[in-house]
Amino acid sequence: MSETSTTAGGSGSAADDVDRSPVSGADVCVVGAGPAGSLVADRLAARGHEVVVLDAGPQFDDSERIERMERAIRPAYDRPDVWDGGGERDAYASTGEQFYPLNQARSKGVGGSTLHWQGMVMRLHEDDFNSGSARGVGPDWPMDYADLRPYYAEAETELGVAGADDNPFAPPREEPYPMPAFPPSYSDSLFAEACEEAEIAMHSVPNARNSESYDGRSQCVGYGTCQPVCPSGAKYDATVHADRAAERGATVVDRAPVQRLDHGPDRIEAAIYATPDGEEHRQEASAFVIAAGGVETPRLLLLSDSEHYPDGLANSSGAVGRYFMDHLFAGAGGVLDEPTRQNHVGFMTSESHQFYDDADEGVGPFKLEFLNYAGPSPVEQALTGDDWGDELLGRLQESYGTNVAVGGLVEQLPRSESYVGLDPDRTDDHGNPVPDVHWSIGDRARRTIERANEVQHEILDALGAEITWTVGPDATGPAYHHMGTTRMGTDPAESVVDASLRTHDLENCWIASSSVFPTGGALNPTLTIAALALKTADHVDESL
Amino acid sequence: MQLTRRDAAAALAALGSGGAVALGARQWQRDSEDPEEADLASDGAVRDAMVAVAEVVYPSEVEGIGEFVEGFLAGRLDREGHGDGLRRAVANLDELGRAWYDDPVAELPPADRDALLRETGADGVDEAPDGSAAERIRYYVVNDLLLALYASPTGGELVGIENPQGHPGGLESYQRGPNG
Repeated sequence: MSETSTTAGGSGSAADDVDRSPVSGADVCVVGAGPAGSLVADRLAARGHEVVVLDAGPQFDDSERIERMERAIRPAYDRPDVWDGGGERDAYASTGEQFYPLNQARSKGVGGSTLHWQGMVMRLHEDDFNSGSARGVGPDWPMDYADLRPYYAEAETELGVAGADDNPFAPPREEPYPMPAFPPSYSDSLFAEACEEAEIAMHSVPNARNSESYDGRSQCVGYGTCQPVCPSGAKYDATVHADRAAERGATVVDRAPVQRLDHGPDRIEAAIYATPDGEEHRQEASAFVIAAGGVETPRLLLLSDSEHYPDGLANSSGAVGRYFMDHLFAGAGGVLDEPTRQNHVGFMTSESHQFYDDADEGVGPFKLEFLNYAGPSPVEQALTGDDWGDELLGRLQESYGTNVAVGGLVEQLPRSESYVGLDPDRTDDHGNPVPDVHWSIGDRARRTIERANEVQHEILDALGAEITWTVGPDATGPAYHHMGTTRMGTDPAESVVDASLRTHDLENCWIASSSVFPTGGALNPTLTIAALALKTADHVDESL
Repeated sequence: MQLTRRDAAAALAALGSGGAVALGARQWQRDSEDPEEADLASDGAVRDAMVAVAEVVYPSEVEGIGEFVEGFLAGRLDREGHGDGLRRAVANLDELGRAWYDDPVAELPPADRDALLRETGADGVDEAPDGSAAERIRYYVVNDLLLALYASPTGGELVGIENPQGHPGGLESYQRGPNG
């Protein structure tokens, strides 16, 4: 199996004839084929290492994406249905004061959550790396923006980012984006006048979405269903790097959930994984990279407890699973007395970071987003209701066309009382305790949402909108960015991995994931995940 | 407003034909000799029923319905799983039409078609591909037709959006103003 480039698997039945046996002589075993794991695998395979990637979910067939888009539009399907999520495999508990809809927030399979992501890719601001020093709250990262800056540039090239150097609040950059930014929308032009009056600067959104053909993938063609599925492949997803890793000789094994990590006091010996035929296999390797996201990564470590690590593998600090963070949504919207041309595309073209670096101990950073898909989508709306014919058309015409909305993401501080643990009372389809996402929000985040709402109302008032809804601190929800649960730091008593992304406890185990973020900032995390993954690959390479 | 071959092609693309079905190439057989398929309507019966229902559930200003429905329907019938669901839902609908109005839906006047659909309950239920007869008629018949129309450029334009979700209409329309 290790002789040729292989992507093992497919989204067929359990009785497929795919060889999922272990690879002998593997240098690296990567757990998870999302963006972090796929980038690590691609980079290390390119450097000549024998790489095996194990993913719990299937290798989806690209030709099925149109059908998945239909599921995204039709009311018969929930969001997890689009990528075959849910069920016993994905069972979970949510026991915190704030419900966490985990299966809305992830997709399992080769590509990971980039299969359903929005595709916004910003670099964190410089102060995000020094929250404790610069803002007076939370820990500093054990690295600065300057340390990650070259990796950010590489990540933008790898993912294919369409952007413009027009954001006066963004951290410094030297290289142009790989593709030009998407032009602003008509809706943006309406906001531009209002923001000028309110003295708020708008700028382009960096998108991991092709504004022109890039890397063998087409320009965006405007299907309008980016989140949760891009049928054209113009939106980046990690199948790009999983496939490339396989072309370089890596073995990507799908439907192979890792059950536990066999280890001694200092090293992981093997990943024990299950396959659809009911068998368990043992994948040995010199190095292990856990890249299973902010929930499954700590869960796997907790499931791998032992006499050496009774509280969970690599958990001498007690921080595994702790400090679970997400970004919180703040938003407001309304209607104008003129057309606003929403829902032609499923992505955003303008945002504002103007208030981001005002953050301090009391109010956190937040960014503003000007939606291009405010209000109902006519085709989705047409499939509900008890009317049809002229009556339905009248309803659609009345509800479509004049909506506007300003959204935003808000930072949530790391708090030990928010955590990912194991639920002792429920097991998954392999008999393992399911993850328990115990989540709460915190006062600073609530104040930040209120501040974001103030600015959003100011903009909508300047626009002359009748404000019809506001998502404030009591109605907020997560942005589906799982962070913090294997935090990075210099002190082994306080953190799980060091600045080289290697666990303090184990000499051959690295973690590539937003789970290592000590703080979250308020920007979509995937570009930072990708940059850290490329940095991880360098460190693993050095060790081999 | 006239539905065009472009709309049918758009609906075909949005509804996942897999690209293997050519517009207008299908023979609409009306008879099935396979007793195993007695609860499945023939392709021709599906075609006739879908056009007849479309004439009720589409806005009155829409023209060119027959060619439009035929254009996307072949892909639906050929899709694994969906085709038999559609045939079974039409067979249910025709059976109820015969029981209550003495004729299959395609042979009823428009007012009776509308009444038949409502009496099945298809107007008041949520679509469900594996649900009750009403939920399946809603899913495979009514909502397949509405999805095809409102994901097409002409259907979108009726509402005011020439690039609706599901239609790969490019990157120009989102930038255009209402008078552009």
